Amino acid sequence: MAATLTAGRVVAPREPHGALVFVRRVLETRLVGTGLVISAIVVLCAIFAPLISPYDPNLQDYEALTEAPSWAHLLGTDDIGRDVLSRVIYGSRISLEVGVITVVISLTIGVTLGLVSGYFGGWVDDVIMRVVDAIQAFPGLILALAISAALGPAIGNVMIAIGVVAAPGIARLTRGQALSMRERDFVAAARVIGVSPLAIMFRHIWPNVTAPIVVQTSLLMANAILTEAGLSFLGVGVQPPTPSWGSMLQTGRQYLETAPWISLAPGTAIFLTVLAFNFVGDGLRRALDPRLSSRRRG
Amino acid sequence: MHRAGPAKPDVGRIMSTRADSLPPGEAAPPLLQLVDLRMHFPITRGVVFQRQVGAVRAVDGVSLEVRRGETLGLVGESGCGKTTIGRCIVRLYEPTGGQILIDGRDVAHVGGREMRPLRRRVQMIFQDPYSSLNPRMTVRQTLEEPLATHGLAVGREARRARVDELLGLVGLNPAFADRYPHEFSGGQRQRIGFARALAVEPDFVVCDEPVSALDVSIQAQVLNLLRRLQRQLGLTYLFIAHDLAVVRHISDRVAVMYLGKIVEVAPRAALYGRPLHPYTRALLSAVPVPDPELEARRERIVLRGDVPSPANPPSGCRFHPRCPWATELCAREEPKLEASDDAEQRVACHYWREIQAGQAMREPAVA
Amino acid sequence: MREYVLRRLAQMVPVLAIVSVLAFGLLYILPGDPAIAMLGENAGNRQTYEALRRDLGLDQPLYVQYLTWLGKVVHGDLGKSIRTNEQVFDILIRRAPISIYLGFCGMLVGIAIGLTVAIISALRPGSKVDSIATVLALAGVASPSFFQALVMMYVLAVVLRWLPPSGFTSPFQDPVQSLKLVIMPAIVLGTHAAAVIMRQGRSALVEVLEQDYITTARAKGLREKLVIGRHALKNAMIPLATILGLQVGTLIAGSVITETIFAIPGVGRAAVDAIFFRDYPVLQGAILMFTLAVLLANLATDIVYAYLDPRIRYR
Repeated sequence: MAATLTAGRVVAPREPHGALVFVRRVLETRLVGTGLVISAIVVLCAIFAPLISPYDPNLQDYEALTEAPSWAHLLGTDDIGRDVLSRVIYGSRISLEVGVITVVISLTIGVTLGLVSGYFGGWVDDVIMRVVDAIQAFPGLILALAISAALGPAIGNVMIAIGVVAAPGIARLTRGQALSMRERDFVAAARVIGVSPLAIMFRHIWPNVTAPIVVQTSLLMANAILTEAGLSFLGVGVQPPTPSWGSMLQTGRQYLETAPWISLAPGTAIFLTVLAFNFVGDGLRRALDPRLSSRRRG
Repeated sequence: MHRAGPAKPDVGRIMSTRADSLPPGEAAPPLLQLVDLRMHFPITRGVVFQRQVGAVRAVDGVSLEVRRGETLGLVGESGCGKTTIGRCIVRLYEPTGGQILIDGRDVAHVGGREMRPLRRRVQMIFQDPYSSLNPRMTVRQTLEEPLATHGLAVGREARRARVDELLGLVGLNPAFADRYPHEFSGGQRQRIGFARALAVEPDFVVCDEPVSALDVSIQAQVLNLLRRLQRQLGLTYLFIAHDLAVVRHISDRVAVMYLGKIVEVAPRAALYGRPLHPYTRALLSAVPVPDPELEARRERIVLRGDVPSPANPPSGCRFHPRCPWATELCAREEPKLEASDDAEQRVACHYWREIQAGQAMREPAVA
Repeated sequence: MREYVLRRLAQMVPVLAIVSVLAFGLLYILPGDPAIAMLGENAGNRQTYEALRRDLGLDQPLYVQYLTWLGKVVHGDLGKSIRTNEQVFDILIRRAPISIYLGFCGMLVGIAIGLTVAIISALRPGSKVDSIATVLALAGVASPSFFQALVMMYVLAVVLRWLPPSGFTSPFQDPVQSLKLVIMPAIVLGTHAAAVIMRQGRSALVEVLEQDYITTARAKGLREKLVIGRHALKNAMIPLATILGLQVGTLIAGSVITETIFAIPGVGRAAVDAIFFRDYPVLQGAILMFTLAVLLANLATDIVYAYLDPRIRYR
């Protein structure tokens, strides 16, 4: 579209805008593409697990204990005869479920606290931040460990535990953003216009705050999956016989020398999934980086 | 003055007849009056509990008036409090003391709900074109917000029309209404900000250094736009700036501020032609004149020292530590803002008459 | 400056208070009655059970228990381990140096790898090396430490037999063996830190290298090594220092898993064992120790940061 002249003033030619550009920019790196593909595969596995899994993950075949990978069992079997591949596929369900719900929990808690804290300031801010500090002082895994142990090793408690552990980070981030937005001229202008505080928070502050949070979401998911695996590995997460990648690693630990595939399969699955989400998160961060947008002009 | 809801459909229609019948400067009741306005920002100290140990006296007893239809320029160095005054007038801050009278009504401590309709009378345009518009809202959305907030131009068509009209008023093509701020230049963004302020049909616009961040050629365009719309719409301006040349171009009267107080107020010609206060004289002597011979002959008044901190202003006349004519009286007693020979020109100095006559003793200039 | 330090310390007090309440309260929701656990077989005996409960103060209202507990903690009395009947304080003191040593090695590894790659990466932004480094960094963050540990153990200890698989020896006793034993856990621990340092270090350095004074230094003919060493690094250090400080928390969290896998008798391992054996006093003590370490590390980071960047002091 050519530049248009209006009353002697020129405006830059219309840049392709909106969702399409955003998507294109996200896909700019091959890394992100790979990440998206792998994430998609994991999601598909989780959704269609019963369809693609060759065996029931809990089916124990006593004829085929600790068998090396073969055509019958592509990733071998574990110590009580269960097909490793099936368990890995079903394990994706647990990981994704934990990931999504944990993120929802930590976003809900974190964003609310952050917005309130950042916009109102004063003693509200002080109190909320002290509590957030306190929670953050506990090293993540340990707090999750303690909460899980306290509430009992069940998947719901794991999600609550990880959600609570991750919330302070989001709260801090949101608060920081809200604070810097509050001082901007366009917020002041809105106040001068007479816009109500509620409208200011949602129309002016919130939309300018979402970008970093979106980036964090992907990373949060990656972290959640990692932590859940860690907890299951230590025994306080998902309990047997439910197939969780972490607990599979725990079982496989004893058979490291004799049957390494029992650990290698779930371990690689965790690694690739978390990596994929990190790639996506990184791509999002780059796409949303204001420095790379066309803002440089005029 | 009460405004009806529906928008004015007619571009160029003069919104008020006041400016017609009463040329600026005539004895009309002032639209805005500041009476002994004070704005102090507390300085806190303390490890656990913050206690107030002092205050930054940004605005320390300012009395001003702005008459309908005129432009009052407000100049001073950075930190003298002029921006604070602007923000107090639009109630971004609640003043620590004094009154802000709009058409005789004191709005200094009016609460939120009551404040709303008052907001239609006084608006503000900001200095930084890059942060005064919400980057995530299109121009149309930015301009529609004030309309929606005050129930103006109800209905999609009416709103659309009004937005287009506003853009036309400030010289922008309405076709660009659906673009985002970052697609515009600095000057264009300032126009958009101005359109936003005009959307609520104000009488009074506080212009907080609206051209300071622009290139000089663009400055001229924007200033001319401000003047044109002032005549067209019957607006009254408080024009805050630090650039004397710019202020001269647009103001009818000018007030000079120093460290939270007004030191001189005068009609433009008087201020620039016959400055009375030492500070004003020093400021004007620093503005280059494009005539080499005149420039060489002019006397240069160079001020000693730095601007003191507004948290700890000097005793007596605040300017006395830097004033070449200061005496012991100046350190003791604060001069009031009083009329000079011409009632329109007021100055706060003990010795303005002597200095004017060239009879005052002066410290040798260090230049 | 002094006022800033005092203010930060004062801010820590309410945080510590909340932390202590959380630590105390956490144990209250842990399943299992500590008295029963302690008595073991004798739990059946009603009288002994009640006597022990009174002894432990379990029959008092909660806030009284909290305050008594707090009082003891402040004096260094963290109670006795239910399992071994040792003073918790002694147990922790014995294990702390080991964890600190491990953490320190991990940090060293992290800095060494991370900083080197960050520098290389920053000097050639956008190149192949840079891309590889970015991938490495992302992989480092993504890699589950337990998996990495298992893989390393398998490869280095089982297959190649270069290193012993697990255990711990103090460097004062047998330096060589100690070194062999600490390599794998240090690498596992340091991976995450290295990855973070790689990313942040690179972006901090890139930003610094774009500055005019770097161009000036180069234009003056200063050798590249000096340009980086004397000018660039020092300025990039400021954000890096903060990151390093914040990594302490991550290292502590990582130590739990690393110590468990490599059978290192540190505080992290003690915490995990304590959970399984319902040894609450030990768990409480370990949690308190960790949190204190994190808070102190944050404080130190803030102070160093304020020292390096005077603008921060006025917050």
